[in-house]
Amino acid sequence: MIEKKLTPGKVLTYVVLCLWALTTVYPFVWVVLNSFRQKGLILSDSFSLPLGEAFTLDNYRTAMERSNFGNAYLNSILISGTVTVVVIVLAGLAAYGLCRYRFRLRGLLQSMVLAGMMFPVFSTIIPVFRMQVVMGIAGTGNRWLSLLATILPQIAGNLCFAIIILTGFIQSVPIELEESAYLDGCNVFQIFFRIIVPAAKSSFATVAIFAFLWSYNDLFTQSFFLRYPQERAITGLLNEISSQAGVNYGLMASAVVLVVVPVLIVYVCLQKHIIKGLTAGAVKG
Amino acid sequence: MIYKKKRPLLVFLIPAFAFLITYLYYPFLQNILNTFLNIGGLGRAAKGMNDPWYENYRRLISDPELRTALKNTVLLTVCTVVFQVGIALILALLVDSIRVGAKVFRTVYFFPIVISATALGLMFNLIFLYKGGMINQLLLNAGLLESEVKASGKLIVQWFDWKNEKHFLFTMFLPVIWQYVGFYFVILITGLNNIPDDLFEAAALDGASGLRKIRYITLPMLRNVLCTCLVLAITGALKVFDLPWVMFGAGMPQNQGWLTGTYMYDQTFNKMNVDYGSTIAVLIVVLGVVLSNVANRAFKTTEDY
Repeated sequence: MIEKKLTPGKVLTYVVLCLWALTTVYPFVWVVLNSFRQKGLILSDSFSLPLGEAFTLDNYRTAMERSNFGNAYLNSILISGTVTVVVIVLAGLAAYGLCRYRFRLRGLLQSMVLAGMMFPVFSTIIPVFRMQVVMGIAGTGNRWLSLLATILPQIAGNLCFAIIILTGFIQSVPIELEESAYLDGCNVFQIFFRIIVPAAKSSFATVAIFAFLWSYNDLFTQSFFLRYPQERAITGLLNEISSQAGVNYGLMASAVVLVVVPVLIVYVCLQKHIIKGLTAGAVKG
Repeated sequence: MIYKKKRPLLVFLIPAFAFLITYLYYPFLQNILNTFLNIGGLGRAAKGMNDPWYENYRRLISDPELRTALKNTVLLTVCTVVFQVGIALILALLVDSIRVGAKVFRTVYFFPIVISATALGLMFNLIFLYKGGMINQLLLNAGLLESEVKASGKLIVQWFDWKNEKHFLFTMFLPVIWQYVGFYFVILITGLNNIPDDLFEAAALDGASGLRKIRYITLPMLRNVLCTCLVLAITGALKVFDLPWVMFGAGMPQNQGWLTGTYMYDQTFNKMNVDYGSTIAVLIVVLGVVLSNVANRAFKTTEDY
């Protein structure tokens, strides 16, 4: 069945795909290259390889000296890791319930999820901030409480998206699988964990990636709840460095690289699971 | 028959909806209440009701800057729906049709989403920089910019201003659209992979060609996933904030560059019109609900179990 011939259509396909790949990869390469370049040279010549005279590690040295990257990495991983786990569990359960059950409030709950997508963070953040101060978790100066105060609104902010995506995929799981499991004596919770989760594994991985990234990159919530230096997460650190760097574009580039690298690692790790989930899913015949 | 007993439903729904209600709906209702109050600062208590109480809504209708913001945002929404979802669909179909390298493309297209919008904003500022930015350097090297070497050896160049009044929309929209193509691509490619192979095999036996397979199998089977993409694209476009904010700041150039998101942020946090900012937030939500309902009506199949 596999065609080995190289048709003009195939060539065109690869050309188009490679062109788009160029636009998504090159800017990143450009930033990495310029993070190793002497800071004065970026504006005059940003395309050549930074070799010889132009090469420097100063940008990284300055970035590491000025800011506590280790601590910020730890905070970010604690926040985003927790958000990711809680979001996929809660959203998976809710999506399953909304997909498979018929009940009176279903329509209302579904529109609640949909409408929840539209709330811009800045429309809820002020009341949330006040509420969390009353609850005693925001603005205390305690590092762990501040992390918690960031985690809770981020979970809520990611839930709607996760539920919508998971509902779409759980709907496409053939209901016959569940019926036969039920006849074999499984209860609904066993069905959820043994049938639905494996069948929709790819979409769970997709949702996990997005939850992690959005939490990691969400500067806005962080800037509200993480106000002291020891609480600062990685994106907040980047913002701080960029506001201090002025026209020191080299420092900015190196800070961008330091922020992006751990996320790329997480992404590439989870990427494998996505592909495995796609090819080994129970859905495909 | 499995889903007749409703009690487990409580376990499924209560945790998630408890979160939504405490952290989205309660604050949002509070926010609606705030639109009728007179609030002078972020941490400060309200100074009582507005006079008249609908003052903010009156202002909403007569505010010329808001009109600019709405115009730009609607344009951005149309552009994101057409280009983001469109490009993503084409790329997904192309990647689905090849075997060698599909994994690489899948990984690579997602890169822009991995990078935070703050970092991307800084990056695009460098790329579109007036004096010596990446694109202007390219144009200069290609000989497309007028330049002359003065007697003193100094190079004088007519740099191209990407952020002037004629071109700022392009400069603002391009990064926003570009960043999230990979996002819809991943959703669509996952959807494509969920289409059972036997459908295509059956079609191939019936002698269907590539394009006809796409028209009569792929697109109908993708309909729900496409609809999800549409809703996400519309609501996403209405909320766009960080990239334009990092690149353009408050309404540059000359109060023409507002989006609803940036205008609302500016009113709330810089002008300290917390109550008017809340009103704009309400408007954004109403627009989002209306537009995505229209999209849902037009697209979604009423497939129920």
